[in-house]
Amino acid sequence: MTTTVPATARKPATMAQALTRAMRDAMADDPSVHVMGEDVGTLGGVFRVTDGLAKEFGEDRCTDTALAEAGILGTAVGMAMYGLRPVVEMQFDAFAYPAFEQLISHVAKMRNRTRGALTMPLTIRVPYGGGIGGVEHHSDSSEAYYLATAGLQVVTPATVEDAYGLLRAAIASDDPVVFLEPKRLYWSKADWSPDAPTEVAPLGRAAVRRRGSSATLITYGPSLPVCMEAAEAARSEGWDLEVVDLRSLMPFDDDTVCASVRRTGRAVVVHESNGFGGPGGEIAARITERCFHHLEAPVLRVAGFDIPYAPPMLERHHLPGVDRILDTVARLQWESDRTDGGGE
Amino acid sequence: MTVLEQPGSSRNTSSLAGPPPSWRPRTDPAPLLPDQEPYRLLGTDAAARLDSGLLTRLYTQLVRGRRYNAQATALTRQGRLAVYPSSTGQEACEIAAALALEERDWLFPSYRDTLAAVARGLDPVQALTLLRGDWHSGYDPHEHRIAPLCTPLATQLPHAVGLAHAARLMGDEVVALAMVGDGGTSEGDFHEALNFAALWQAPVVFLVQNNGFAISVPLAKQTAAPSLAHKAVGYGMPGRLVDGNDAPAMYEVLTEAVQRARRGGGPTLVEAVTYRIEAHTNADDATRYRSAAEVETWRAHDPIALLERELAARELLTDAFVGDTKESAEQLAADLRERMNADPELDPMDLFTHVFAEQTSQLRAQAAQLRAELDAEAAGHTEDAVGAGGFAEEARP
Ligand SMILES: Cc1ncc(C[n+]2csc(CCOP(=O)(O)OP(=O)(O)O)c2C)c(N)n1
Repeated sequence: MTTTVPATARKPATMAQALTRAMRDAMADDPSVHVMGEDVGTLGGVFRVTDGLAKEFGEDRCTDTALAEAGILGTAVGMAMYGLRPVVEMQFDAFAYPAFEQLISHVAKMRNRTRGALTMPLTIRVPYGGGIGGVEHHSDSSEAYYLATAGLQVVTPATVEDAYGLLRAAIASDDPVVFLEPKRLYWSKADWSPDAPTEVAPLGRAAVRRRGSSATLITYGPSLPVCMEAAEAARSEGWDLEVVDLRSLMPFDDDTVCASVRRTGRAVVVHESNGFGGPGGEIAARITERCFHHLEAPVLRVAGFDIPYAPPMLERHHLPGVDRILDTVARLQWESDRTDGGGE
Repeated sequence: MTVLEQPGSSRNTSSLAGPPPSWRPRTDPAPLLPDQEPYRLLGTDAAARLDSGLLTRLYTQLVRGRRYNAQATALTRQGRLAVYPSSTGQEACEIAAALALEERDWLFPSYRDTLAAVARGLDPVQALTLLRGDWHSGYDPHEHRIAPLCTPLATQLPHAVGLAHAARLMGDEVVALAMVGDGGTSEGDFHEALNFAALWQAPVVFLVQNNGFAISVPLAKQTAAPSLAHKAVGYGMPGRLVDGNDAPAMYEVLTEAVQRARRGGGPTLVEAVTYRIEAHTNADDATRYRSAAEVETWRAHDPIALLERELAARELLTDAFVGDTKESAEQLAADLRERMNADPELDPMDLFTHVFAEQTSQLRAQAAQLRAELDAEAAGHTEDAVGAGGFAEEARP
């Protein structure tokens, strides 16, 4: 579904604009797509990600709901049962929690309980993660909760193009998708053509964002730009880092991850979410299970500390930054001396 | 067309069975129903019976509250506060909530209710810790019996019910007053809290500040009920509808509800009809969802101006009184400005201090890692810290 776009037609667009465009196109293509949530209509969402949708498609297709997350998701379940494709916005990561009963007991299990008779083509958009100086309950990395629930797809874009492509794919999916939007990347820009949008990205495929030979950084969402920066900085230390952007945590792309780690022999998983019980543990275990004989060092993790999310004035100490990633990369050498030079 | 007249429904009146044998109304709903119109005192004949001392006390607090709101809003512009949800226009609700309580009672505020907390005695700077971003909440709730300012909507309401219930079980005559916005009344926690409170006859007062909007969503999209106060009836408690900009009316209704609760009379739901004059927070653009004309009509119904009229009629609005009040408000603002303009002293190591009563080995290792990073940062050569990050020994291969 790739469209070649002349370079001249490409202009800077933000991730937020790409997400809006994805919903707009999905709504235009398919009348069963409905957007709903708190403040998504007149205001266009607190991050303006649904801006203009109510105007273009009417309040029945882009609906300001009452302030009740369990109610929003629960009614979306019923709407999906009757053939609609609801796209639900949870205003912030930590405000989705009242809806967990619906999510876990019904959204994730409906296909299974009904032997496939009822499906849940639902997309649940959740702005997540820190780095915007938000006060408490506005910066949680909630991905581990979703990953712990069988039956949910968990997707998170890190680039403007992916924001469009993955959201289109999420809305088109016949299974529920928790679509985690890294809120600190909402205003990140890329040259992108909103007039001839790019492809609908397949769910469950990781992307190699940077080729390298001495170790692989495995990351997703808000940590991708940090890892790219770390990879650049590591060059002066003699490290040539590969960076893999998972894009989708469930389904998980074992093939891309393992192919990379087998090539480089070393892996570091980077994410903001707590390290203990976080996604990094699962990823490290999978790599160890599949690539043990290729590993030159244990799989290491750089994660948020195991503390309730830090207050905004201290969050820089909590979030994985370039230095912490480089420190960890340096530790990969303890296991075996690298032959290609560099290091400490 | 009634249900019985619809095609297919039986017209045989013998099928009009009476209520099932065991059915009886459990409570007569009439005494629980709220007034049709918001209760008011100012501008009515009933205002004559109001105590002058109460009126001047309310006035001083309202003026101080407004000044506090203005100062805190200014601090957001200077980057001294991450965010501030102003209660300008709603000061009468905030102040009445604080003054209606006795010292032994508890206040359960939401994020917009800084003023109620300050009027109850909380240090004005401590009240802003959360919003400045140096710590979450950050004050000792036991000191003034104020629960942490609550951000997730309506989630503090069941807490208020539980605390009040516990106090009663332990024989203490303690009342909890819990504050929530009109939007918050749609959350499941609101409904569950009301139901528990009524079932347990818990000594709780629920104060809904209906300020017209939940961020951008107007009340009409939040509820189809005749009023929010009506919601009380379905749970079996009285609902009261009050003019939230009429400070003495607010004070009277809340005081009555608090006293009733203290006497064992159970919970009350109070809906204060008011208006949010400023945007939701400094990060919100209110022009997207409401007109300037609407805001102006509410400015004309300002809580301070309403009270001033009564004070003037009693010749209490003397230059000396107005001057003293203003000065006290300016002092509050100056103190706030000065102390907020000093950089807070933060210790990043505090991140690990209050996670568990007993530190885990994992957190000790992480704290050591951060300590090493901070030391390296202080020494100005981060590179030397490479590999020495204080990782727990067991993490080494
Ligand atoms: C559970 C939950 N969902 C969403 C939010 C995000 N949010 C913060 S304030 C707000 C509007 C609240 O409106 P209302 O209850 O009327 O109180 P007001 O802000 O008007 O005082 C929303 C949606 C939240 N804080 N908690």
